[in-house]
This record gives sequence, C-alpha cells and structure tokens, in this order.
Amino acid sequence: MYKIIRKEVLAPTMKLIEVEAPEIAAKVLPGNFIIFRIDEKGERVPLTVADFDRNKGTITLIFQEVGYTTKHLGRLEVGDALLDLVGPLGEHLPVEGYKKVICVGGGSGTALLYPKAKAFHEAGAEVLTITGARTQELLILIDELKAASNELFIATDDGSFGHHGFVTDILQELLEKHKDVDEVVAIGPVPMMKACAELTKKYNVHCVVSLNSIMVDGTGMCGGCRVIVGGETKFTCVDGPAFDGHQVDFDDLMRRLVYYREHEARVQEHHECCGGKGGDCKCH
Amino acid sequence: MPLKPTKTPMPEQDAKERITNFTEVALGYTEADALAEAERCLDCKNPLCKQGCPVEVPIPEFIREIKQQNYSEAVNILKSKNNLPAICGRVCPQESQCEQYCVVGKKNEPVGIGRLERWVADWDMARDMQTEPVKATKGRVAVVGAGPAGLTAAADLVRMGYKVTIFEAFHEPGGVLIYGIPEFRLPKKIVKREVDYIRQLGAELKLNYVVGKTKTIDELFADGYEAVFVGTGAGLPKFMGIPGENLNGVYSANEFLTRVNLMKAYRFPEYKTPVQVGKRVVVVGGGNVAMDAARTALRLGAESYIVYRRAEEQMPARLEEVHHAKEEGVQFKLLNNPIEIIGDDKGEVVAIKCIAMELGAPDESGRRRPIEKAGSEWIMEVDNVVIAIGNSPNPLIPKSTPDIETTKWGTIVTKDEDGLTTKDGVYAGGDIVTGAATVIEAMGAGKKAARAIDKYLSSKK
Ligand SMILES: Cc1cc2nc3c(=O)[nH]c(=O)nc-3n(C[C@H](O)[C@H](O)[C@H](O)COP(=O)(O)OP(=O)(O)OC[C@H]3O[C@@H](n4cnc5c(N)ncnc54)[C@H](O)[C@@H]3O)c2cc1C
Ligand code: SF4
Ligand code: FES
Repeated sequence: MYKIIRKEVLAPTMKLIEVEAPEIAAKVLPGNFIIFRIDEKGERVPLTVADFDRNKGTITLIFQEVGYTTKHLGRLEVGDALLDLVGPLGEHLPVEGYKKVICVGGGSGTALLYPKAKAFHEAGAEVLTITGARTQELLILIDELKAASNELFIATDDGSFGHHGFVTDILQELLEKHKDVDEVVAIGPVPMMKACAELTKKYNVHCVVSLNSIMVDGTGMCGGCRVIVGGETKFTCVDGPAFDGHQVDFDDLMRRLVYYREHEARVQEHHECCGGKGGDCKCH
Repeated sequence: MPLKPTKTPMPEQDAKERITNFTEVALGYTEADALAEAERCLDCKNPLCKQGCPVEVPIPEFIREIKQQNYSEAVNILKSKNNLPAICGRVCPQESQCEQYCVVGKKNEPVGIGRLERWVADWDMARDMQTEPVKATKGRVAVVGAGPAGLTAAADLVRMGYKVTIFEAFHEPGGVLIYGIPEFRLPKKIVKREVDYIRQLGAELKLNYVVGKTKTIDELFADGYEAVFVGTGAGLPKFMGIPGENLNGVYSANEFLTRVNLMKAYRFPEYKTPVQVGKRVVVVGGGNVAMDAARTALRLGAESYIVYRRAEEQMPARLEEVHHAKEEGVQFKLLNNPIEIIGDDKGEVVAIKCIAMELGAPDESGRRRPIEKAGSEWIMEVDNVVIAIGNSPNPLIPKSTPDIETTKWGTIVTKDEDGLTTKDGVYAGGDIVTGAATVIEAMGAGKKAARAIDKYLSSKK
C-alpha cells in the first residue's frame, strides 16, 4: 500500500497528492511516470511524476479529475492509500546541454511541465515558461513555475488573467524575439501540443511533446499505448512518453484517446447507490 | 480386466452453456473417473512417458499411488518434481509430451496423464494444507518475473535453503498464467493457490517492481543478492505491419487478454477496466493465444473468427483448445491472411481484407510456407481485430543491463543448458530465452537454473 501524506486542491478539479513510495522516489527523473491502481477493482492509470523528494521517499502527483478513476483518486484523503503504484516508467527527458528553452504548459499539462522546467533550470538553461488555462481559477503552480523560470508568461482563454488568448500566441512572439532557442517543450491538451509542434516547425526549432496515451501495463507488453511517430508505430510507455513533436501523428492520437468514451459514461452511471451522480459518493 | 481403448472422458460444461460464462470448461475427474483412468496405466518397467516430460515427473509412480488410493503420497511424488501441478494438469500440451510417448497410445488412446495430474493436484488443494516454511540457511537470490519459470526457480531455491525474493512488474504474480490464459481454462484462484504455496515455502514476493526501472540488476547485486534468475517472458506483442493496425478496435492479443483476464473487463463496470467488443471479432493466428482470444470474444457476446495463414495441421495450438473452440462455435478461415484493416471516418474498424494462401515448400521451421494466391482477396465486415501472431522477448532487462547479451531476435543468450547468461551470476530461462514456448518448458528451465545457481553459489563459498 502506498499512503497519501499530503493533499492539496490546486483548482476546482485539479488536485495534488504526495504519496509514500521510497523505491520510486529514489530513482525517478523528470519525464518519468507511474501507473497506479486504487483498489482491487480499479483500472491501471498512468500519471506523470510532478515532483519527488528522495530523502522523504515520496513522489507528488498532480491530476485533473476527468474520468471515473481520477475523480475517485480526488476523493481520497491524507491517510488513505493506493493499492498499487509502479514506476518510474518511461524514458526520462534529457535536460543537459541546453542554453535556452521555452516550456509551454496547458491545463493540467502544466503539472507535468513543472518538473521539466525545473530540471532545465537547474541544469543551467535559460528557461522561458508559458502556462495557460481556460480561466484564472484553473491556473496552477504559478509560484513554483516563477521560481523555476527566468521569465513566466500567462494566458487565459477568457482573458481573466494575463494574455487573453492561447499559449501559442505567446510562443509565436517568443520565437520571433529569441532566435537562439534550442528547445521547446510543450505539454497539455493534444490540440495545444499539435499547434505548438506546427508553430515550432515553421521556426525550425526542435519541439518535444509528452503524450498521454491510454495504457494498461506501462512496460511495453500490450501495445495499447501505440502512437505513430515519423510514420512508425511506437509504444508511448517505453519509447516515450516524450517524442519529437514534429514527427507525431496527433490526429491518430486524438482518435485513440476517445475510444472508451461510452464505457466511461457507463462506469460513472454504475453507482446506483448515489443515483448515478457520476461517482461523487464515497459508497465504494 | 481388458484395457479400455479410450481415455475416461473429461466431464465438461456443455458448449452452449459455457459460451455464456467464464467458468472453467473442463470440470475435472471424479475420484471414480481417476481410479478408472489410473487402471489404464501398465506401470511400465521402462516408462516411455517420462522422457516426454520436461520436468521429469515420476509418472507411473504417482499413478500407482492413485490406484492404491494413497492420494497424499501421489501428491508428494508429483510435487517432488513439479511445483505447479494443478496448472500443468490444465494447460500442458500432453499430446506432444508425456502422452505422445505412452505405450498404451501405440494402439489405443494414451493414458490421460494430464487429467490424472490435475485430479491429484485438485485433491491436494481441496484438503487445504498449510505448507511448512523452509528455513533459509544460504545466501540471497533475486528472481525477476513471477511467471512459471520464475516461480519454479524460486520454489526450488527456497527448498535448497536460499532466501529468495521474486520481483514482479505486475500487481499480481503468475505471468501469462494470470494475464494471458483465460479464467475458463485456468481459474485464477488456482494460480493464486499455487503461488501461495510458494510463498508459504518462504519465497518473498515484491509486486509492482519493474527490474530495469525500479532497480537494475546491478543494483540488486549491490543490495546483497548473490545471484539473479531472469524469467521475464516474451511479453512484447508483434503486429503485422499492415495498413489499419492502429485503428480503434484493433488489439494485440496481449492487450485484449490482459484487459479481460488480469483486469477482469468481463465484469465491467463492476471492475473499471473496459474492453470494446462488437458484433464480430476476427482473431489472427493459430496458436493457444489465438484460441484463447477467439473463445474470450465469444464469451463477450461476439461472433468469433480465426484467420490463420496455414492449414489446420500446422496450427501450433493444443488439440484440445482447437476442439473446444470449434465446439463453441468459433469459425475458422484457414489458409487465409489479412492484408489490410479498413476503418471508417471515426478511425474505427469496419472490415478486414484478407487473401487466400496455399502451402508451398517447407521453410526453416519445417512447416510448409504459405504463399498468397494472386487475385483471391476478400473482405469481411468486422468490429474488432485481435492480433495473435506471437510475442517477442521483453527488452527491458537487456536494455538496462548491457552486459547481458541478446540474440538478433531479442532472446537472452545462454552459455549452457542451465541458463547461464553472459553476465556472471545471472541466469535466465523460460520465454525470455526460448521465445514464446510452453508453461512446462519454462518450468523446466527454472528448475535447471535453480540447480546451477546452487552449484555456482556453493562453489563461491
Ligand atoms: C494466451 C496464452 C495462452 C497460452 N497457453 C498455453 C498453454 O495452454 N499451454 C502452455 O504450455 N503454454 C501456453 N502459453 C505459453 C506459456 O504461457 C508461456 O510459455 C509461459 O508462461 C512462459 O513462462 P515465463 O515464466 O518464461 O514467462 P511469463 O509467463 O511471461 O512470465 C514473465 C513474468 O515476468 C514479468 N516481468 C517481465 N519483465 C519484468 C521486469 N523487467 N521486472 C519484473 N518483472 C517482469 C511479467 O510481468 C511476467 O509476470 C500461452 C501463452 C499465452 C500468452
Ligand atoms: S508409458 Fe503410459 S502406460 Fe507406461 S507408465 Fe507411462 S503412462 Fe503408464
Ligand atoms: S501500456 Fe502496454 S505497451 Fe504501453
């Protein structure tokens, strides 16, 4: 069992938990992910490790409550425990040897971006970070990102904070202004990553994206997480999760991500005990 | 009493009934059945059956004890060589092993050795005995992978007095036995019981532990393990490389079976992992994996087809599985091969395009090579395609341990029969060495490696 020792509500549907997992904490690097299972009947779901403390033996996970399982996870409290936690999985992101990096995070992707921005910063790169969300109350990790970046830019779709518009607007400005950027890291909703990839291609700047495919095992044994990169089939869990954004077939990824939408609706209705209120009860 | 020419029949769930559930198809012998079948054994002086058994089970000896109704002695004899008899009795391809050599089989049906093995093992489980732990007096050994190879090596090493830790990537031990082979052929409670037995002997199990990620083999040595056995299996699914394989609705057999077996998607939504099965499912392949996938699809309510590029005689699946699949209504499109999977504008599978094949000259495997018949393409509407054309070895360990050499197929190179790898103190066995094979061969490799590890560590002292 892997105990939750800290919990924070970052935004209405965005939560942070710190979990005891000494063996994972000892090895994890920015870009790695874990797979968790809450209980005997639960699914195996991947989450990127947002932060870790090797001394304390803990890892921090940040997640947006989207489906049944992430909502269930969001209802757990300090003292509760996860039945299974395995990792660190995937290839970590190399951060050495870069001079100037732009980090772009959208929505909950910002949580995944943060450890990478921090690692680039600690490795000596100049880090320009852009974060965006639909509206101000969904912005997360602003102070942390400020500390991990040389400059922080903020965008909201509704203009309630920072730039009124998309993160890509700011990215374009920065790419115009800084001709010496050697890497762009974009993590967020698939359409955002796709837009960042297209934009950086125009400016001929390398762009890394982190993909959130549906997974089962996370060790390369099922192929469920396959994506098309540079015309070839890759397994996100072992070959990624980071890939060259210019090579990724984002449309294929988007199609694969919605395959279980109907099942998701059914699993949420399943809890008749609470009148099918989308699993907001604590009855199970 | 004259010898009965045929095996005592195995009581089974009726085919119509069983395709509506996931409970076991073969119900197992009664005591009377077992006694009747044991009587068919001639108790040969020079028992040929034994040479067909990769773990050298003393076959006539345990059957003799059944005849005399000394069942607990039959158990002891069986378990002296086979740590997982309830599993082997269910899934071993006896027709190409012990039963192939049985003298009775020369003129009649051979003795039902597998069925007797299963009966004895089930009798043993029913009495629910606790196993006394073995005291660890020797060094520490790490076993990577809790499939049949790893579990066998672990059990033997514990018995020899080693302190053994098994590291398993999944949240449940058993390897293919738990994630691959379906409930209706091998109930998971049986796998659990066999694993519990190995735990009771004294092996420690660390689940959710991916060696190569959580820790590397070198780090295990640094932690004080003196030898390592690698039994990580052949878990990397092969795809065909034809257009449309990435469409929604195309599964590797590994993914399809893992969702249904390990994650219990057949009990969705009580269990939260979904599996999507439409009206018609095509499974590509002719091995046990393909049969399991096709029969699983039936039970999930689909019309189920096997598409296989060679003829029935070349199918590598156990006879019993092919027979059961047919009985249940799986339809076989033999001598056919898919060339394209066709999708709609949502990116979901709607049809499969195949081409007829004919058999040409034998290839390296000795089987006649299938060749496409020009102009014989045909299309069938389908909702799902499950690819069961084989698995390659899992590359995680070799990748994280560069001094373990692999072949061009990705299998680990072993320097001798006992599974010694190119790295000192590291042994390997099972599918990771042979490529996808059988449960019993994996167990045999685990046994040999355990003996070799004992020799290696004893000589080091
Ligand atoms: C669907 C299916 C049906 C089959 N039917 C039959 C049958 O009827 N009869 C028969 O004899 N054979 C059958 N086989 C083949 C048989 O199951 C295998 O040959 C056998 O299981 C191989 O055993 P193993 O111990 O080498 O590997 P596996 O059973 O594959 O076990 C390997 C274990 O190692 C774990 N692992 C992998 N990598 C790591 C890592 N880095 N760190 C930690 N753990 C790791 C895996 O999670 C797994 O649990 C079937 C196979 C399949 C897939
Ligand atoms: S060969 Fe057949 S008859 Fe002879 S001992 Fe073995 S099982 Fe019995
Ligand atoms: S999640 Fe199964 S192969 Fe990647």
